[in-house]
Formats: sequence, C-alpha cells, structure tokens
Amino acid sequence: MLRGLWKLTWIEMKVFMREPLGALGTIGVPVLIFVVLGRFANFRSGKPSPAVMGLSGADLPVLVALLISVSAVLSLVTIISIYREGGILKRLRATPLRPQTILSAHVIVKLLLTAATLGLMFVAGKRYFPPGAHVPWLSFTIALLISTWSVLAIGFLIASIVPTARFAQPIGAVILYPMIAFSGLFVHISDLPPALRAVTHVLPLTYAVRLLEGIWNGDGWFAHWGDIAALTVLFLLFTSISAKVFRWE
Amino acid sequence: MARRITLNTAIELSGILDCQKSAMHPVIEVSGVRKTYGKTVAVEEASFEVNEGEIFGLIGPNGAGKTTTMECIEGIRKPDRGTITVLGLNPFHQVYKLQDRIGVQLQQAQLQKRIKVWEAVDLWASLYGKKAIDGRRLLEQLSLTDKRGAWFMNLSGGQKQRLFIALALINDPELVFLDELTTGLDPQARHAIWDLVRGIRERGKTVFLTTHLMEEAERLCDRVAIMEHGRIIDIDTPESLVRRHCPERTVVLDANDPAAGNHFQTIPGVESVTWENTRFTIRGRGDDLVTEVIHCLSENRIRVTDFRTVLPNLEDVFLKLTGRSIRE
Repeated sequence: MLRGLWKLTWIEMKVFMREPLGALGTIGVPVLIFVVLGRFANFRSGKPSPAVMGLSGADLPVLVALLISVSAVLSLVTIISIYREGGILKRLRATPLRPQTILSAHVIVKLLLTAATLGLMFVAGKRYFPPGAHVPWLSFTIALLISTWSVLAIGFLIASIVPTARFAQPIGAVILYPMIAFSGLFVHISDLPPALRAVTHVLPLTYAVRLLEGIWNGDGWFAHWGDIAALTVLFLLFTSISAKVFRWE
Repeated sequence: MARRITLNTAIELSGILDCQKSAMHPVIEVSGVRKTYGKTVAVEEASFEVNEGEIFGLIGPNGAGKTTTMECIEGIRKPDRGTITVLGLNPFHQVYKLQDRIGVQLQQAQLQKRIKVWEAVDLWASLYGKKAIDGRRLLEQLSLTDKRGAWFMNLSGGQKQRLFIALALINDPELVFLDELTTGLDPQARHAIWDLVRGIRERGKTVFLTTHLMEEAERLCDRVAIMEHGRIIDIDTPESLVRRHCPERTVVLDANDPAAGNHFQTIPGVESVTWENTRFTIRGRGDDLVTEVIHCLSENRIRVTDFRTVLPNLEDVFLKLTGRSIRE
C-alpha cells in the first residue's frame, strides 16, 4: 500500500517548490501578514494600535495559523483540479499506485508545508513576543497540523466539485476564507444568528480556533480532547463524502 | 516418390501449424462487454481475444468506443456487462495485480508540469513488484538521454510521447497497451516508435493498440479489429480484411490505341473500363485480374507506355465499413 508513497511525496514536494510564484504565495503571504499585523499589534509593549484593537493575545498567531492552513488547503484544491484536468491523476492511477497513496502524498506535502510556514512565522515573529514569554511552538504546530489535516478533507470535497481547474482557486477561496470569519475568532459563535451557528458546528475551523487558542495560552492537550475529537470526526465525515464524490478525471 | 514427399511435408507442415495454433493462447479475452456513460452508449457489445505475442490493433473512427474498451481491459473502468479476463485476472477486481504485469500508455495523458524526465522514470520504476528494467538504457533507446533533466512541460510532443512509452515499458510488462501512440508525431518519430513496438513483440510480449491511422495498423498489426458505434464489426489480419471487403483491383495503363478499350472489356472479371485520352482505367475483381490484363495486352500486341496497379488497402476497407461521413 505504501509502495511509492515516499518517492511520490518527495517528487510532489520538489515539483511544488519549482513553481516559484505558487510556493512564495502559499508560504510568504501568511508570514508577511503576520509580520505586518504584528508590527501594529506590538506585542512587546502590550499596547496594540487601534487598527488591530480586536486582535490581541493569541488572536494574531491563531489567525495567521488559520491563514497558513487555509492557503495550504487552497493550494491542494488547485493542484488536484489541475492534475485531474490534465489527466495526471488518471495516469498515476494506471499504475500499481493505490488511489489513497496518491492523495496521501499530497496531504503529507501540505502538512509539511504548513509546518514549515508556521516555523517561518515563529522565526519572523520572534521579536514581537515579549522576552522570556513561553511560546508553545511545538504543541501549537501539532495542533495546527491536526486542524489542517481536518480541513484538507474539505479541500478534497471542493476539488471534486469544481468544474475546471480555472475555477478551483476562486471557488476554493469563496468557500474556505469565510470559514475563518465564522470560526469564532472575530465574532463569538454565540453572537451569530442561529442558522449560522448550526453551520459552524460542522466547520473544522471552529474547533481549530478553540484548540489553537487554548494551546497558545498554555492549556494542556487533555483540556481540548473534545476539539480534537470533533476535528477527527469532521475529517472522517468529509473524507467519506469526498471518497464518494471524488472524481479522478 | 516426389508426390509422397510433398504429401509428407504437407502433413508435417499442418502438424507445425497445429502446434502453433495450440501455442497461441489468448492473454486478453473480452466477451459481451457493454459500457455506457449516462445515456451515451460508449461500447454496445464487444467480444474478441488477443493472443500472446501478437500486435493487436483496435481501429475505428473517433467516438467508436476504442479507448473505453481499452480502459475496461486495463481495469481503469468497470464495464456494465460482460466479462474480461487479462493474463488470467479480472481486470477490475484484481487491478493492482494486473497493473503490476502490464504497461499502459494513455491517450492525452500529462504528467506534473515540472517533473523531470528521470524523476518520472525513477518513480515509475519504484512502483512495481518486480525489479524494473534499466531506466537509463530505456531512455537511451528512446533517444531521451539528453532530456533526462528536462521538465515535462518543456518537452516536445514527440518527446512526451516517447517518455510515456518509456513509462509503459519500465516494468518489462507482459502486455503493453498503447492508445493512439503516434497521434501528432512527425514521420521520423512515428517510424522510430513503430520500430520500438515491433521490438516489444520480438521480445515475446503482446501489444494491444488503438489507432486511427490506417497506415499504422497495416504496417504494425498482426491482427486488426474494426470498431464502429461501439461494436466490433470485423477482426482479421490486415491482408484478409482487404481481401474480404475490397476484392476490387484496378489497373491503370497508357496505350495509344483507341481500340484497346474493346479488348479490355472482354477480359474475365472486368467490371468497367474508362479512358481519358490515352489513359485507361480497368476495374474488376479477383486476384487474376492483373494477369488477365497482361495476357490481353500481349495477345493483342497493344503497345503500353505506362502500367500500374492500384490495390485497395486497409483505409479503403475502413471507409467502406464505416462510411465517409465525418465524426465528432
């Protein structure tokens, strides 16, 4: 089952990095947003500028983490739809490669990309954090990987419904970015209209935000087992739906 | 005595032929296959066998169902009805076992834009259970050595096609599927690829290909199946197909003798004689027509300045069986 997985993953990684714009956009933009907003937020003095009044404490790192996650998923949606349109998925399937191996390679590439981008964010943001402050970078990275892994299942679902590769990026963005808005980061979920509130229960970012904020603020894993369970259930739910509707060609 | 030897030889010969016949065992058996996409019937009914060691061609106009049939055999698609056995396996249910033993070149396939030629070969080589053949030598045979480090997107059409052939051969498959393998290639590349396909057969492998180039089918294939509207309408060697469906023979000659036309009319088997200035076109049937025309020329001492025969080919058979209207 795993035959070819590492080699395919490695090739996909190299292929991704060879496209300078795509790689730079996916990795660079979230880090840049963090650096710019971080300047205004001015963590060190503890007096955030009025422009980012709403974002304080864990909010900024969590927002940027979500951006990193979503842009990785968006990149997956785009790549999968290009691969389908070009017959690349079909060509890969006409080998002893298992379908799940092909998709796993992409998931691994995106998770590695997420971790690397987050690492860059930590490096770039070092000077914004108060000296001596405890930044749980390892737990936070793991939490983000769990969250991204769950959102990737939605990515496969979106990749199945976009009609052509041309629409992949815009349709993906229209579906994924509003999820950040309703994740509870900007507006408390309890303040949302009931219909939207119900929707947020099946959106992984809702749980991702709780998990990431908690971990950033020093919570233990045990305090968030419910969020992790929800992310896992949503992963399984969306994976099983996309397994039904996923189109290889 | 002489007669006896001939007889013995004949018996021996038929023995050898019998042996060959029993040695010919099918590696692909397709029976009663039907495949629809929604309301569109791609394959109405297909039944045929492909024998070990032959180059078998599936020909037909665009949309006849060739690719669908091939993809059902490769295990990529599941037929709605009918049975398929490939190398003793059920291609749909034992697809990974099958993929391990076959090589596939798909029509209009692509690879990752920025994958390098050697990376693709290396990846493919790692996917199969048994040891792959030497990728470097394969690329050399396909004249791709210079392009080893090139990105897929920067290859020419012919180079891409040769790379796909390399990928189809990397696992030294027992059975190779080639779907429209020379479409869009220049004559040089086409001839090089034909030689390569013949080389596959010489190593005892079986080749199943689709094409809509009749010249390709005629030069390459041991047997050809003609497909039309999702059905196989005939299967045989290219020569037999021509003999069966286009028995017409045409002789064109130049003779400065207006009376010659009357002589030609009396030749057995002749169906029509037309002439324009000094050029006569004699149409008829039967393998003896040409001999009869020559006989008539010499008997009547007709002076001829040019003489050629026009024999029908697979393209004529194809047009006769599938019509001349343009398809989608």
